Amino acid sequence: MIENVFIIVIGAAIILCLLRMMLGPTTPDRAVALDTASTITTALLVLLGFVFKRYIYLDVALVYGILTFIGAVIIARFLERGI
Amino acid sequence: MWVGIIVTGVGVIFLFLGGLGVLRLPDVYNRLQAGTKCTTLGAFFTIIGVGIMEPDWFWKALLIAIFILIASPISSHALGRASCKTGVPLCKQSVVDKSKEFDECKEKEK
Repeated sequence: MIENVFIIVIGAAIILCLLRMMLGPTTPDRAVALDTASTITTALLVLLGFVFKRYIYLDVALVYGILTFIGAVIIARFLERGI
Repeated sequence: MWVGIIVTGVGVIFLFLGGLGVLRLPDVYNRLQAGTKCTTLGAFFTIIGVGIMEPDWFWKALLIAIFILIASPISSHALGRASCKTGVPLCKQSVVDKSKEFDECKEKEK
């Protein structure tokens, strides 16, 4: 029961990050909002795996975390010196 | 069980505060602070809490938590350095700007 409240609060946090990603005046703002939303999504995937009782969600969360890390570093490199 | 629910609740509160800080703070560097610190601690507590609630999953949950604990500050550091070198200005309430002492960020003045 309480897990549904947790999932709703995490969804609200992701929606706040997406609002900043729409409003953000500069490009690094949007990149920071995307990075934050991705890290929150990793925690949300683990919590969804607990709610649905599926062990495979932990693997999905691990791969999603690795891809998020690589994507954030590549976006930072692109902002510094271009392609 | 109750310990896991309490730890997960603390983590979820930290995650919500991180999202709120990303929306409300005035500057890209302040947003980076909120989006890194709150989110790292919140994700760590949430995943460890799930691992406590479901003891068979504990070791893989610990692996994910430690990976987030290492990877999130690195990516945020790279993003902050990129925004400094791109020349994003500080907000008006800022008091000190130490980034002008470094050679990499002096190029934005020219």
